[in-house]
Amino acid sequence: MNAKTFTGHRGLDLEEPLLFEQDQAGRTGVDLPAPAPVKDRLGGLRRDGAIGLPGLAEPQVVRHFVRLSRMNYAIDAGIYPLGSCTMKHNPRLNEKLARLPGLSDIHPLQPMSTVQGALELLDTLAFWLKTLTGMPGVALSPAAGAHGELCGLLAIRAAHEAKGKKPSVVLVPESAHGTNPATAAAAGYAVESIPANAQGRVDVAALKAKLGPNVAAVMVTNPNTCGLFEPEVVEIAAAVHAAGAYFYADGANFNAIVGKVRPGDLGVDAMHINLHKTFSTPHGGGGPGSGPVVLSAALAPHAPLPWVVAGPKGFAALEHKKGTASFGRLRAYFGQMGMFVRALAYMMSHGADGLRQVAEDSVLNANYVLARLKDVMSPAFDGPCMHEALFDDRFLEGTGVTTLDFAKAMIDEGCHPMTMYFPLVVHGALLIEPTETESRESLDGFVAMLRHLAERAKAGDKARFLEAPKLAPRRRLDEVRAARAPVLRYRPKPRAAAE
Amino acid sequence: MRYLPLTAEDRRHMLGAIGARGIDDLFRDVPPSVLLAKPVDLPLHKGELEVERAFAALAAKNVAAGSVPFFCGAGAYRHHVPAAVDHLIQRSEFLTSYTPYQPEISQGTLQALFEFQTQVALIAGMDVANASMYDGSTAAAEAVAMASRITRRRKAVLSGALHPHYVDTIGTLAGALGIAVERGPWDPGGIENLASRLGPDVACVVVQNPNFFGYVRDHAALAEACRKAGALLVVVVNEVVSLGLLRSPGTMGADIVVAEGQSIGNALNFGGPYLGLFATRDKYLRQMPGRLCGETVDADGKRGFVLTLSTREQHIRREKATSNICTNSGLCALAFTIHMALLGEAGFRRLAELNHAAAVRLADKLSGVKGIKIQNDAFFNEFTVRLARPAAEVVETLAAKRVIAGVPVSRLVPEERTLEDFLLVAATETTTEADMDALVAGLKEMSA
Repeated sequence: MNAKTFTGHRGLDLEEPLLFEQDQAGRTGVDLPAPAPVKDRLGGLRRDGAIGLPGLAEPQVVRHFVRLSRMNYAIDAGIYPLGSCTMKHNPRLNEKLARLPGLSDIHPLQPMSTVQGALELLDTLAFWLKTLTGMPGVALSPAAGAHGELCGLLAIRAAHEAKGKKPSVVLVPESAHGTNPATAAAAGYAVESIPANAQGRVDVAALKAKLGPNVAAVMVTNPNTCGLFEPEVVEIAAAVHAAGAYFYADGANFNAIVGKVRPGDLGVDAMHINLHKTFSTPHGGGGPGSGPVVLSAALAPHAPLPWVVAGPKGFAALEHKKGTASFGRLRAYFGQMGMFVRALAYMMSHGADGLRQVAEDSVLNANYVLARLKDVMSPAFDGPCMHEALFDDRFLEGTGVTTLDFAKAMIDEGCHPMTMYFPLVVHGALLIEPTETESRESLDGFVAMLRHLAERAKAGDKARFLEAPKLAPRRRLDEVRAARAPVLRYRPKPRAAAE
Repeated sequence: MRYLPLTAEDRRHMLGAIGARGIDDLFRDVPPSVLLAKPVDLPLHKGELEVERAFAALAAKNVAAGSVPFFCGAGAYRHHVPAAVDHLIQRSEFLTSYTPYQPEISQGTLQALFEFQTQVALIAGMDVANASMYDGSTAAAEAVAMASRITRRRKAVLSGALHPHYVDTIGTLAGALGIAVERGPWDPGGIENLASRLGPDVACVVVQNPNFFGYVRDHAALAEACRKAGALLVVVVNEVVSLGLLRSPGTMGADIVVAEGQSIGNALNFGGPYLGLFATRDKYLRQMPGRLCGETVDADGKRGFVLTLSTREQHIRREKATSNICTNSGLCALAFTIHMALLGEAGFRRLAELNHAAAVRLADKLSGVKGIKIQNDAFFNEFTVRLARPAAEVVETLAAKRVIAGVPVSRLVPEERTLEDFLLVAATETTTEADMDALVAGLKEMSA
């Protein structure tokens, strides 16, 4: 296959050693002045011995990270159809605005009179989120989706406690994101699972059967992780409320319905919104995210601190619990301000009309992919989908090719795979979320590639799949070895008198 | 719409290919009663120029730290970040990639995370660090939960000099998990003795170094007392630059080190996004929260990196996971890694020296002002001063004169009236002589 080269580089694919393997004592990438000679006041706690950080000059550091960057796939380079992740275009305007000194170079504890613009921004973002969801309250501080889930459940816990109740169970559909049950446990609840029905929806009868005085909340993702709207959602909410519980919605898939459906109209009590999904703040290779939680009238009084309040002298932040029903503080300071700037810029750019178009185009794109692939791949469920198209692995039956192999073959075709093996309720799941920022031409190319691969798999071209990827910076990595004897940091080769 | 490529013709064609009559045909699972017939009541779309104007107007209503003499710290610090950092983190391949679930085409992110984990372990003096948490406060709360899992005990003792937001954040998570939290009295004098609070029910003791009031302390004896009592010592670091100059928490015997990593590579950003650092001993690895990146080889035997030990994590273990965290602070961690790479051993240590020297210089200048008493015997780049009147008043008055004098302790601990006159003052490498003189002049004027 690939010719071996002397350097290990292959054309524009450049290998790059660790920073620690490029260390030269005496090199630095900064020029800092000599400190003024002062008598130290460190209480005798000065560090002794070397730390072990490598020395590199700026050109080396820049080259290092540029080379590393080229080993990554990115939405800026091509379609990134990870279901449930909403990898849409990240407008560069938002990056520029987040770096305005008046927004980035401000401290969370400088006097409120000197951050009126920041507090106004929080208030404006809150207004947009409340309006889009039809909910009366919002907590901005959660750092990501899972943190937002925790926020919602803690508000629910506080609401129950305010009524003198201590229910101990949270119901979670088996199709849910792993964060849902993990969050319920982190909030101190026992988790009970609700099955899915044959149509990929929550089994409403099973849900109702589990409702009772010991149930604190039901967590439902809607549109759900199968990419389907829960048609009985209003009925579910009513049943949950009738049982004295609260309805938590996982808003990971809000992109499908933004501007089309307001969760408040569905009977939702709390829903987190992943600003890094629906509102396009960059994922950054794993974060940061931001997970504001909209809250119903019943839960809003229990929202975490701080609260931004508008008063006669401008905006202020209420930062202390005394005299409130807040459940307390979820984290230090105000939340992910840098993400708020980007998300609000995204919302204002789209406006009410554009956001509605976002939902429609994301659903249209997913259904187009579904329609163009349904004869060669196997859709998991009948009927239209929302913003993501779910397939199972029936189309690979008898080919000797698994979902994993199929996905890895996509890498050789220059495409990031879809989400694999999730949701768990579908065998060998392949979950495709194209998002609204893909053009029709992009989708046609994507579809043509998947049709080709599906046909090759069925034609018995198994080897191609089992060996894939062959053309990426790395071939399949040995995950078992990584976990069996974990190497989680660089350690210098043993040499005399280390440390 | 500049971000939406589909044209009206595309939509018609695609609906036809699907066999749908119109777009709402695709929304037919939504009960008609809740499907909105028209856009919600918000402004319509705007061009770049108009959006930029709106944000410039908001930004103009804030006082940027770099535009005035500025002395706020209390867990968030203003430092100079080299230009290369922000350039590199905006490389599309870093900025717009997802969590590295497909390692073959994510080696850039993964190798950087491996380097990050190494840097964090080194400066903390610990065996192993994870791939980041949301911020220092949530990392501290996770540390308490982890200590409780390891010791199977349900009480955490917190220092009275732990950042009050961290106290509250820990309290929130611990409360939900049924872990009792006991905080010592606020300790502006740096005199507390936490070893006396140890007992058979204590899972961990949480201290901060330098602490909330700026004191630098040796926790080696406390670590030993914890070890004897079967409790873990959690050391919180608010200002990671201090680790360039101070003995590491690992050297002092910490079992878990958590830190706010914002100071390296990241702007103040009004409090977020920040960067939680989380490090521990090898023996506690499997109880750690968060993602871990590990070294391995690919099918051709080449070194490569993957996310590993994910059987601790929510997407595998669901309600039995060590934490619910999924998205973390990836790009902030990358900024940290790049800044730290530029600094290197010599630069990191010198940066810390510069910070300490600036704070010593400022303390010397302030000690000459009538009515001001510096509280700390030892500090790094931040200390507590006692003023002759409520600190919040002083800060507000000086802010009107465009000097941001620091953080009044009462902003964070309003209920404790005895702390009303205390002000936290921080200096960094960005603080100039002229800045210090402006603060001294302002305070003198007020005490005159």
